[in-house]
Amino acid sequence: MTQPAAPIAAVLEQLRSALAPGRVIDDPTQLATYDCDGLLHYRVTPALVVLAHDADDVRLAVRACAQHGVPFVARGSGTGLSGGALPHADGVLLVMSGFRAITAVSARDQRAVVDPGVINLDVSARTRPEGYYFAPDPSSQQVCTIGGNVAENSGGAHCLKYGFTAAHVLAADIVLPDGERITLGTTAPDAPGYDVLGAFVGSEGTLGIATSVTVRLTRTPAAVETFLVGFADTDSAGAAVSAIIGAGIVPAAIEMMDALAIEAAEAAVACNYPAGAGAVLVVELDGPSDEVAAEVAAAEQHCRDAGAFEIRVAANDEERQAIWRGRKSAFAAVGRISPDYIVQDGVIPRTALPEVLRSMAELARERGVRVANVFHAGDGNLHPLVLFDERVPGQAAAAEDASGAILDLCLEHGGSITGEHGVGADKAKHMPKMFTAEDLGTMQLVRCAFDPTGISNPGKVFPTPRLCGEVPGKRSAAHPVQAAGLGEVF
Amino acid sequence: MELIPALHDLGIDARPGEPDDLVDDHEVPCVAFPVSTDQVSAVLREANSRRATVVVRGHGTKLAFGGAGPAPDLLLDLSRCDRLLEHAPGDLIARVEAGMPLASLQEVLHASGQRLGIDEPVPGSTVGGVVATNLSGPRRLHTGTARDLLIGVTVVLADGTVAHSGGKVVKNVAGYDLGKLLVGSLGTLAVITEATFRLHPVPARAQWVSASAQPDALEPLLARLCHSQLAPSALEIDWPRDGVPTVAMLLEGSADGIPARIAAAQAEFAMPTTVDDDLDWPWQLPTRDVARGICLKLTCRLGAVAGIASAAHDLGLHVRGAAGTGVLYAVPGWTTPESLESGLRTLRDLTRQQGGSAVLLTAPALVRRRLDVWGPVNGLAVMRRLKAEFDPGQLLSPGRFVGGI
Ligand SMILES: Cc1cc2nc3c(=O)[nH]c(=O)nc-3n(C[C@H](O)[C@H](O)[C@H](O)COP(=O)(O)OP(=O)(O)OC[C@H]3O[C@@H](n4cnc5c(N)ncnc54)[C@H](O)[C@@H]3O)c2cc1C
Repeated sequence: MTQPAAPIAAVLEQLRSALAPGRVIDDPTQLATYDCDGLLHYRVTPALVVLAHDADDVRLAVRACAQHGVPFVARGSGTGLSGGALPHADGVLLVMSGFRAITAVSARDQRAVVDPGVINLDVSARTRPEGYYFAPDPSSQQVCTIGGNVAENSGGAHCLKYGFTAAHVLAADIVLPDGERITLGTTAPDAPGYDVLGAFVGSEGTLGIATSVTVRLTRTPAAVETFLVGFADTDSAGAAVSAIIGAGIVPAAIEMMDALAIEAAEAAVACNYPAGAGAVLVVELDGPSDEVAAEVAAAEQHCRDAGAFEIRVAANDEERQAIWRGRKSAFAAVGRISPDYIVQDGVIPRTALPEVLRSMAELARERGVRVANVFHAGDGNLHPLVLFDERVPGQAAAAEDASGAILDLCLEHGGSITGEHGVGADKAKHMPKMFTAEDLGTMQLVRCAFDPTGISNPGKVFPTPRLCGEVPGKRSAAHPVQAAGLGEVF
Repeated sequence: MELIPALHDLGIDARPGEPDDLVDDHEVPCVAFPVSTDQVSAVLREANSRRATVVVRGHGTKLAFGGAGPAPDLLLDLSRCDRLLEHAPGDLIARVEAGMPLASLQEVLHASGQRLGIDEPVPGSTVGGVVATNLSGPRRLHTGTARDLLIGVTVVLADGTVAHSGGKVVKNVAGYDLGKLLVGSLGTLAVITEATFRLHPVPARAQWVSASAQPDALEPLLARLCHSQLAPSALEIDWPRDGVPTVAMLLEGSADGIPARIAAAQAEFAMPTTVDDDLDWPWQLPTRDVARGICLKLTCRLGAVAGIASAAHDLGLHVRGAAGTGVLYAVPGWTTPESLESGLRTLRDLTRQQGGSAVLLTAPALVRRRLDVWGPVNGLAVMRRLKAEFDPGQLLSPGRFVGGI
């Protein structure tokens, strides 16, 4: 009797002959370069890497996986911060970054059709000359892919006004986990049927792989005003945010940094933020010129009323970049003031900000770590950076513990365990704190409709996925064919 | 035991259907009036154990949307689940029960200078009804539709399971967004009992700038207005059967900002315009009789709006809708089922070539029973699988949705 080949070997053999040379990688040293995404402390070397260049590559690879029961994971640029693109040790990693043509742009229709590996910023670079841009702007936009944005429902500083990726995707081609290729949505809004695409966006690669994405383009605003405001402390900065939003102003962005985050940014990029500030706000307003002028005046007044000691309005694009430089570099900059750090991502109702910041400082102090805060203040999305030194015994554990406690704090205030970085491999264990078993079971129904065998990015998002058809209390589903037949009866 | 006494035993109000309770011209044997999510769950458990089919009703203003199904065993009336559960003005969110009238919600929100950015083209709607039909009005250009504003839902599955997704914060990517699937699902996937929305501030001022255009000036006019940097809240068109198209732009903003924007808008129109504090027509569907009349929904890519509107006009339809997003409503003068069928076929071909669709939004049950209400649908196979997972017994509004779901 011959030994049955390992499923992965069968997939390898099949793809070697089906795909163009060089698209399949099984060399261990090369494989090791794909062992993590932006969350560096989780590492798994994939059994196989496929460098996909078109939809056929994806379809063939996924079909081979389906045939042999091999798990697969899609990877864009690997900038994800929750381990969403963490490979599966016995599976295939489909790298989409070489699949990156912008296939159509129509300013008149305010649409672009792009491959999943297209870099976020490249869409805007291409469409700006015509007066349009792709609004979702994660800080990683120079490197992250549209496919990754879709999978994570990524946001950015400007999503307060313009919405997340979900609001900017009209249609997509998807390779389902069984290798079938479908189109969801249309170039027009309100495609008839369930908004399956809406559910696919943000599903973190667990429902299939996007091979083409039709995105909405946004008209560039006539005017953009950016200003930097210095406050003595985060409480007064928070009060200014509340006053601005309470006055009915919807800023394009309103970002806060606390003293520690400012210190880090100064050390890294010498952003020259107001000296002695306990907190700064970066406020951006955009729209028709007169409207923006009126809003800037009002917003500045609210800042002063809340105790701002310095307001710096950018006079031109260069000064605007200078203001943003400090904010955008903040994550990486923390490396200057701490050997190690954890980037957390949680959400609270914005009005709970002062209380949450105090509790956070408290819980950090109890655990002997420091927390720097950079956040999207307008929508309560916190990015606490937990600073620690791995060489000090116990600090890594203390930081990990503080980081988890911050999420508990968010949940206590009716918030969320993630605002934009996703659940991935990292936060699956926290999901039961936010959702009941019934909630998770119901989400699992969606998974089962797409991926009954659970081969698409397994182990992500859900803590302990049940097998499809085994959800307690759920009757077995009517066979799709039978359902199709029933459709004609009515 | 019969269903009605069984529900009474559970402490839930229920009675036999009356003439006002007809669903697609069918009499219903039982109407239940739960007052909470728990009671909805109890009703559905009971119905499920008897394999009873269920149609959900808010205020019944849009029961004629979608395909016509067989007679349901139970009409689940949510009008008594009508509480505002939470309004946090500082966080710009509100959590409401599905049976709350949208107008009552807006009234409460207005008192705090806020609104839910969903218009009410069919007056009398409940919040749940608006979500389940994904109905939208002019301001969708600015705030999107229910899918963009719904940040959390509580639903009850056909077997009585209560589930939530999302939450009450605006930004949240934890878990699948079930709300997206529920928007526009016409009660076929699960029963929505609570919804949480993000809100918007009510701007200090609003003004409409409008103009009547010659048909051949329509496309260049729309192209200019869509490309303008005026950031309008709405861009609407109305083209009566025997008239010329009127195009209207809604500008909302601050007292200081609006005058200059009006002047800029008039320059973009480049034709004689009228400025009004408000207009009536954009807020209404082009039909007065949503329950019994016939109304189509035509969608297309943005650049094809003028072409589709003009083709529909040539076919004898009254066209009105969101020229700035590509969603038009059209009322035909056709009187026979044959003319409706062939007109629909023509419009399906035309809209499909422009990336869109032609759906029979509302029509008498007789007509909906005979015609395909939806036309071609992308991704139908996955939709069927979703339905099979959520409602394996096919108990929730069978026959109302795409592909006979
Ligand atoms: C410095 C820095 C700043 C960041 N700032 C932000 C921010 O401001 N806002 C924000 O939201 N995020 C931010 N992120 C996180 C990250 O950049 C985003 O999640 C981004 O969308 C990931 O894109 P990617 O191409 O790197 O995807 P990857 O990390 O490669 O993958 C992310 C997920 O998407 C899936 N995936 C990838 N391609 C596809 C596809 N074609 N079809 C289906 N699934 C697919 C993967 O399986 C994985 O689950 C930041 C990250 C870094 C490192």
